[in-house]
Amino acid sequence: MNAPAHASLDDKERVFDRIIPDKFRPIIDRNACLNCKRCVKECSFGALEWKDDRVVYKGGCVACQRCSAMCPARCIEIATVPSGLPPHASYTERVRQGINAQASSGGVLLCSCGTDMPYGMIFDDLILDAAQVTNPSIDPLREQVETRTYVGRRSSRVMLSGDGYVTESDGSGPVVAMDMPIMFGHISLGAVSYNCQRSLFQAAKDLNILAGSGEGGLHADFLQFADHINGEVASGRFGVTPEYLRRTAAVEIKVGQGAKPGHGGHLPGEKVSDLISQTRMIPLGTDALSPYPHHDIYSIEDLQQLIAALKESVEYRVPVGVKIAAVHNVAAIASGVVRAGADFITIDGFRGGTGSTPRVIRDHAGLPIEVATAVVDKRLNEEGLRNRVTVCAGGSIRSAADMIKVIALGADVAMVCTSALIAMGCQVCQSCHRGLCAWGIATQRPELTSRLDPEIGARRVTRLFHAWNEELKEVMGAMGIDAVESLVGNRDRLRYFGPNQKIAEVMGVKHVGEGWG
Amino acid sequence: MDGTILTKTVVLDGVKETTIDVSGRDQWGRPIDQRELNIEVRKAIGEGADRIILEGVMGQRYIASAATNRCLYIGIKGTPGNDLGAFMDGPTLEVFGNAQDMTGNTMSSGRIVIHGNAWDVTGLAARGGRILVKGSSGYRVGIHMKAFGSSKPSVVIGGSTGDYLGEYMAGGTVLVLGHGVPEAESPVGTFIGAGMHGGVIYVHGRVDEHQLGTGAKLCPLEAEDREAIEELLSDFERSFGMTEERDWERYSKIMPMSSRPFRGRFDPTMVWP
Ligand code: SF4
Ligand code: SF4
Repeated sequence: MNAPAHASLDDKERVFDRIIPDKFRPIIDRNACLNCKRCVKECSFGALEWKDDRVVYKGGCVACQRCSAMCPARCIEIATVPSGLPPHASYTERVRQGINAQASSGGVLLCSCGTDMPYGMIFDDLILDAAQVTNPSIDPLREQVETRTYVGRRSSRVMLSGDGYVTESDGSGPVVAMDMPIMFGHISLGAVSYNCQRSLFQAAKDLNILAGSGEGGLHADFLQFADHINGEVASGRFGVTPEYLRRTAAVEIKVGQGAKPGHGGHLPGEKVSDLISQTRMIPLGTDALSPYPHHDIYSIEDLQQLIAALKESVEYRVPVGVKIAAVHNVAAIASGVVRAGADFITIDGFRGGTGSTPRVIRDHAGLPIEVATAVVDKRLNEEGLRNRVTVCAGGSIRSAADMIKVIALGADVAMVCTSALIAMGCQVCQSCHRGLCAWGIATQRPELTSRLDPEIGARRVTRLFHAWNEELKEVMGAMGIDAVESLVGNRDRLRYFGPNQKIAEVMGVKHVGEGWG
Repeated sequence: MDGTILTKTVVLDGVKETTIDVSGRDQWGRPIDQRELNIEVRKAIGEGADRIILEGVMGQRYIASAATNRCLYIGIKGTPGNDLGAFMDGPTLEVFGNAQDMTGNTMSSGRIVIHGNAWDVTGLAARGGRILVKGSSGYRVGIHMKAFGSSKPSVVIGGSTGDYLGEYMAGGTVLVLGHGVPEAESPVGTFIGAGMHGGVIYVHGRVDEHQLGTGAKLCPLEAEDREAIEELLSDFERSFGMTEERDWERYSKIMPMSSRPFRGRFDPTMVWP
């Protein structure tokens, strides 16, 4: 179709927007449809409209499943539409979509969630061990299988003092006890809704584990959950007040995030609503920018100083940790972080989620958490530091199996985010950055946030991780291990069954078929 | 003298003043450990001191960090170390000497008065309160300060500052008076207000276009600016017993170009899975 000769340049250019067709499309069974218009109301992306007495598809479906889940007649099915673009193995549809979008906007492509690039999951190449004959398994229903986990700094050794008491040397720090080796990562108010954060905090309290506050400060209503909150101190320092530091159960300096290593945070002004502006303590509608680096951290010595300042501020009552993104030199960085005084260190793998990040970083930078955990654990062990800190690892822990494997690779605690969001309705549609989440999760619009009932959210998240913990006990029992601490870094209970033996070597995991000897 | 802290409390006219003398040195001549000093300060606060005087401070860091008592005054003789008053919310600190890096780091409210110079990153990420420095300060003064509602941080530097003044600034006010800087020279460095998206910087003295960072612009001084500067100047005068000239024509004003610097940088087009 040619544009008329008098059309403006913009009009003429519009043809390019049509090149990339929609990937998804709601298919409505017209015979079953009740014409109730519910789906039109439910679609926050504006993909459906009521026209000529029926629902019509306008375009822009992200496959979030909201319409089909809410349709009373259950007559909507979301179909993946073949693009019809000429196929090409290198210039894939996805690549061409990116090029076209950028040629139109000239902007940095944004996206959300963890990377969906087909790098392959190393977790899926790892096989767990089980006990037979000589090392009997344990029945977790009959016998105690301990999953209690402590976050904080430990003393390097215990000694018997002259008068017969057990004492610790090299000062242990304060610790937080959790009922299971799971903590929720930092999902900030701003990235997600009030109801979403409330669900997470309630679940953390019910499960007796820690939940990250995210970098957006703490809403006054959530101070009641402070005993189960790990308060983040990010480069933007949003909401970091003496009260925040005093009341949270742990404090964590965010240096990096797995989905965007080396990148700061950027909450666009559109999302800075009344609620967000109050919690972050910034004016309404301005961009909330977290600088790429902390402006007081340019070296390990500087980091040491911020850790010390925070410890001084919390009067040494709660552990102070540091979160870093898994990058190529992660082992050396982790060593420096521990030496700088971190009581716990969180490593966020490159598949970790985000509410918004440049796609080029999400998809192309960082290190898988499996490898990162293993090399950090190894390095800290070699340097005699491992027993002193708690290592938390996250970034695509999708199931109890992943959690068990990441612990066996060297983590004390598995950090989860996306799985918890999926439990409360997230469909991983990768549209969080648009602020239109139809499930009331990654949005600040009141009409959408009200779709998520925090009680239901909390219940579902609690059930999920309760179940994971039961699975952990099942597996530990089958392995003949009665305390999760004995699983930490226990690579002997893993075997590699994947395509690249080098990965197994780097992680220090034997190949399938190799025995104990 | 050995490495012990000497503490003495007197109550005069209902004011409880605790003097903490940390000028002691251990057997190797090292100053008192900062942790011990801070424990002592917190103890005095806990016991209800209205005024705390620290004597012989020698580089100890994190003094008064996260302190919250609004009526509390802490006088510091000697040189406090980095992060003086970090995360502080309320008290007044007065330093009779120089301060080091990151004075008032992420402070919420309160007042820090420094009779000497303050080194780098003064007022980092502050979201309220006031810092007055009689002398000069180093790089990155007022970096990423922000404002919310009625709390607006302000930093006044009597002398000059280094590069990156007010970088990433999101709110609040910085005033540099340029004492001792010849009229032909600028009292501030380069990359002023780089990435700034809120707040305002006033410089008493010359600022050229090339000194500005990305996102900052020079603006003419308005009546309301003069009011804001007047308030800061009189506070400065009162604090240090000085008189400042009101030669408004010598002031430069630096503002952000936008409160949404990232708008238009990103393309939110749907990603294809
Ligand atoms: S929600 Fe279902 S029944 Fe109602 S209009 Fe949409 S397709 Fe028809
Ligand atoms: S949180 Fe909402 S917008 Fe984000 S991926 Fe999940 S369903 Fe989509």
